[in-house]
Amino acid sequence: MTNMLQETPITKEIIQAHGMTQEEYERVCQILGRTPNLTELGIYSVMWSEHCSYKNSKPVLKLFPTEGKNLLVKAGEENAGCVDIGDGLAIVFKIESHNHPSAVEPFQGAATGVGGIIRDIFTMGARPILSMNSLRFGSLDQSQTKHYLRGVVGGIAHYGNCIGIPTIGGEIYFDDYYEGNPLVNAFCLGLIRHDELTKGKASGVGNSVYYVGATTGRDGLGGASFASKELSEASHEDRPAVQVGDPFMEKLLLEACLELVKTDAIVGMQDMGAAGLTCSTCETAARGSVGVEIDLVKVPRRETGMVPYEIMLSESQERMLVIVKKGKEEIVEHLFEKWDLHAKKIGEVKDGQQMRVLDNGKVVADIPAKSLTDEAPLYQRDSSRPVYLDEAQKLDLQSIPEPKDHNEVLLKLLDSPSIASKRWIYEQYDHMVRTDTIFLPGHDAALARIKDTKKGIAISTDCNALYGYLDPYEGGKIAVAEAARNVAASGARPLAITNCLNFGNPMKPEIFWQFRESVKGMSEACRAFNTPVTGGNVSFYNESPKGAIYPTPTVGMVGVIDDVDKRVPSFFQKAGDLIYLLGETKEELGGTQYLLTVHGKRKGLTPRLDLNRETALVKLMIAMAEKRAVQSCHDISDGGFAVAIAECLFGKRHHPLGAEIKNLDWAKGLRSDSALFGESQSRAIVSIALNQKEDFESLARSFKVPFTQIGRVTEKELLIGDWIRLPSAKLETVYEQAIPRRMSK
Amino acid sequence: MKACVVVFPGSNCDHDCWHVMHDVMRLPVEYVWHKQNALPKVDLVILPGGFSYGDYLRTGAIARFSPIMQDVVRHANSGRAVIGICNGFQILLESGLLPGAMLRNDSLRFICKHIYLKAVNRSSIFTKNIAANQVLNIPIAHGEGNYFCDADTLKCLEQEDRIAFQYVSESGQVNMDANPNGSAANIAGILNEKKNVLGMMPHPERASEAILNSKDGRVIWESLAAALN
Amino acid sequence: MFQAKINVTLKKSVFDPQGKTVLDALHSLGFGEAEDVRVGKYFKMTLKAKDKAAAEKEVKAICDKLLINPVIEEYQFQLAPLESDQ
Repeated sequence: MTNMLQETPITKEIIQAHGMTQEEYERVCQILGRTPNLTELGIYSVMWSEHCSYKNSKPVLKLFPTEGKNLLVKAGEENAGCVDIGDGLAIVFKIESHNHPSAVEPFQGAATGVGGIIRDIFTMGARPILSMNSLRFGSLDQSQTKHYLRGVVGGIAHYGNCIGIPTIGGEIYFDDYYEGNPLVNAFCLGLIRHDELTKGKASGVGNSVYYVGATTGRDGLGGASFASKELSEASHEDRPAVQVGDPFMEKLLLEACLELVKTDAIVGMQDMGAAGLTCSTCETAARGSVGVEIDLVKVPRRETGMVPYEIMLSESQERMLVIVKKGKEEIVEHLFEKWDLHAKKIGEVKDGQQMRVLDNGKVVADIPAKSLTDEAPLYQRDSSRPVYLDEAQKLDLQSIPEPKDHNEVLLKLLDSPSIASKRWIYEQYDHMVRTDTIFLPGHDAALARIKDTKKGIAISTDCNALYGYLDPYEGGKIAVAEAARNVAASGARPLAITNCLNFGNPMKPEIFWQFRESVKGMSEACRAFNTPVTGGNVSFYNESPKGAIYPTPTVGMVGVIDDVDKRVPSFFQKAGDLIYLLGETKEELGGTQYLLTVHGKRKGLTPRLDLNRETALVKLMIAMAEKRAVQSCHDISDGGFAVAIAECLFGKRHHPLGAEIKNLDWAKGLRSDSALFGESQSRAIVSIALNQKEDFESLARSFKVPFTQIGRVTEKELLIGDWIRLPSAKLETVYEQAIPRRMSK
Repeated sequence: MKACVVVFPGSNCDHDCWHVMHDVMRLPVEYVWHKQNALPKVDLVILPGGFSYGDYLRTGAIARFSPIMQDVVRHANSGRAVIGICNGFQILLESGLLPGAMLRNDSLRFICKHIYLKAVNRSSIFTKNIAANQVLNIPIAHGEGNYFCDADTLKCLEQEDRIAFQYVSESGQVNMDANPNGSAANIAGILNEKKNVLGMMPHPERASEAILNSKDGRVIWESLAAALN
Repeated sequence: MFQAKINVTLKKSVFDPQGKTVLDALHSLGFGEAEDVRVGKYFKMTLKAKDKAAAEKEVKAICDKLLINPVIEEYQFQLAPLESDQ
């Protein structure tokens, strides 16, 4: 069997089946100075796939700012970025997609997505302390969406709950444009002492290469190339390519690896994610500029008859490659033994720069390691402005009647699953384990404390992809700005972002244009907030037979608050407090949830974002927290002012507060729907105690942020001028029931 | 009072229990690895929450065979205190230290949220400091917390005052709406005959500091500290 | 060598929420004929034993000790000799 495969002649069909172009194949021949065998071809095909090489996206990703004084590890250097937060501590974080596997098998796809991102974090020696996720599905009125939602949420819960890392927040939207093509983006953040930072690189000729964790099977075979193909009906036949996760195994691996980091026995560690043993072997070799030789006969497997091609490309989960110092092997083996894991020596660090793979002593692959990583092909793809945009951006407000009953509109928006309470989802996640979760889900940002310090970490994942559809550039900018605003609303300083760029097929010039414009917009915003990009991933080919998804550049913004006692909640705290509106409200109805939900339109120019105004607001928010000048702060986003005010009432389940908004001067000259449901940017709702009035107003003035006192917190009812009058209990019921009532149908 | 936290592979609330003892209650506490044969000299053994052995067979089913469990059973049988929280409760059931068994939540979903509890027994070492009519706000986080026992066992638990906690409404009423998982008689925690072993599904260690949104769980640690000092 | 096929189900007296959910789903899909569903676990195990009686004793012990919780579960099994493995 082995020989048969080794001798398989490389035909055009085989090259094509590996998703390689003829030019790429010729380049491989040139690098090797000969034709590759099938195993080598497989290795090149996965390493040069978009998923591993970013061959189509790299030239655009260069637009991102990646420098910053707090960065200990920059984008692309390691498995995840690492940012100093003082006190000798640093955070390691990343967001990554698992869209295609989740479309084929929602439960396992999502579960292994969580497992993968967690491994990326502890591979660097950091203890994962929290997870988040960003999800997109089709309309929740479709039964297929319910199936996806149940599976994906169940899978995330299964993995995260079992391993004991709290899933403390995230975001989710439902829109027809994701029908059949759900997005599952998983975020994880870990904490590390500077001196424990572990690199994914091999060094020291003669050091040992160890394999640890689960056995290797045929699962996920070719997953990395699988993730780079458009989903078609046939993908459902690809089922074997979906891996099955074992969170218990990962928990053991995690604990063992973190114990290992504290010893002096290793020089590097790398998880086996996409492209498994192939990727981890060549990356550690390439990063360390050394050679690595492994013998596959020593790789523990769970299936018989596996050939080198299959072993090298398997994506079995929960496996790690560890580079152990010569002479310290016993320490490592003993430590893994304690956790009932078997560490197996499979090779050695060698002179030179070759990745050499043996099968029982016989060479089956011999490749310059850097040719797989640093020398992957790069492409400048064609781009052109999509033709749909002209029509989509046109919006004739005359044709849209102002609502007669604003109460009804508000209730309809609160009942929209994208806006409504996500309790049905987050109650399935253990969001409190580790006892660091300070803000329970539902706040603008997630907030976790760091024990033994006063510090807290605030995170927000954001992306309004409808904006991205109507204007990718502005949408990209707003995704970053909204995330920064959410983090700052809690009182934290935004530090850096990670992102997950979900797009359609980049070979299509219109898709590539969306991609480039989004990245440009994000880059500009990142520069304004001084929040560099520390890494993330790109997910292309998110297209179903019905078409591409919205451009969805998900942002994971991370911030730090130096004293968690100064945190600012998103909800009103008590009746009698004064309510302020920060920022300016304009006639901006394009791309709003109101237009979509009430009028069924995806049209208009998105709200415009002025980065000067936004940075001023963000700075003000941080100062308000620092000076303890407010009781609560909530940003205005989807659904506009009215939805934001309603959300401020829901701090305590079954005990909503009320609000009385009598001053509507800020809405003068605006249509009633623009005032209530428009989504003008750089705005927030703040509540203050009476004795904070002077401090708060002088702060707002000093940051030149427009502010208006609009009303006060009350007990039982929401009242907005003559437009809205509704019992808070009714608002809460609609908001809380939107998702459960659809899921129980 | 000196405590130890038993660490099984797959425990994930071990740090949290250690933290509440060490940093919140300021009491001596140490970890005990499940492969050890003997417990250190302690007054209280804590079996923490988590997914020991992944809980692939049944929750707690494999953990009960860990070497340390023999000594935990001896410790319990000699009348000294054991508290099993969540997965720890499931392990106590599987090991026979407490009667009954756990089924999947009736919603079939994992549930993580704050619920309300009342202490039915208020004389045990775990519940002494809890006032009559006091309603505790403490989170649960489990997929299998639907307590089951046969009618005779239930009757016996009631008669012997061995129901430690029941799920109640915010105002303290025992009713179906307040039952998050389908447990028989809204049971959230039970005691053994000698009342030195408590198993409970809610996590008091997650509700012992104001910053974590509730410190109602503290009263359980305070009861123990007062009784065992 | 023997192969044991072991079925573990919840006892009749124990409510089976999974079974109920499947039954409800079947009804809503139009399979009105379905009357009752009990969801269980299935184990396939190969074991060494000198004869069938010994194997049976062993399987019973395994079930009672680990595979089931007698408070809520019961089991049935079938035993068949296996050709020695190649």
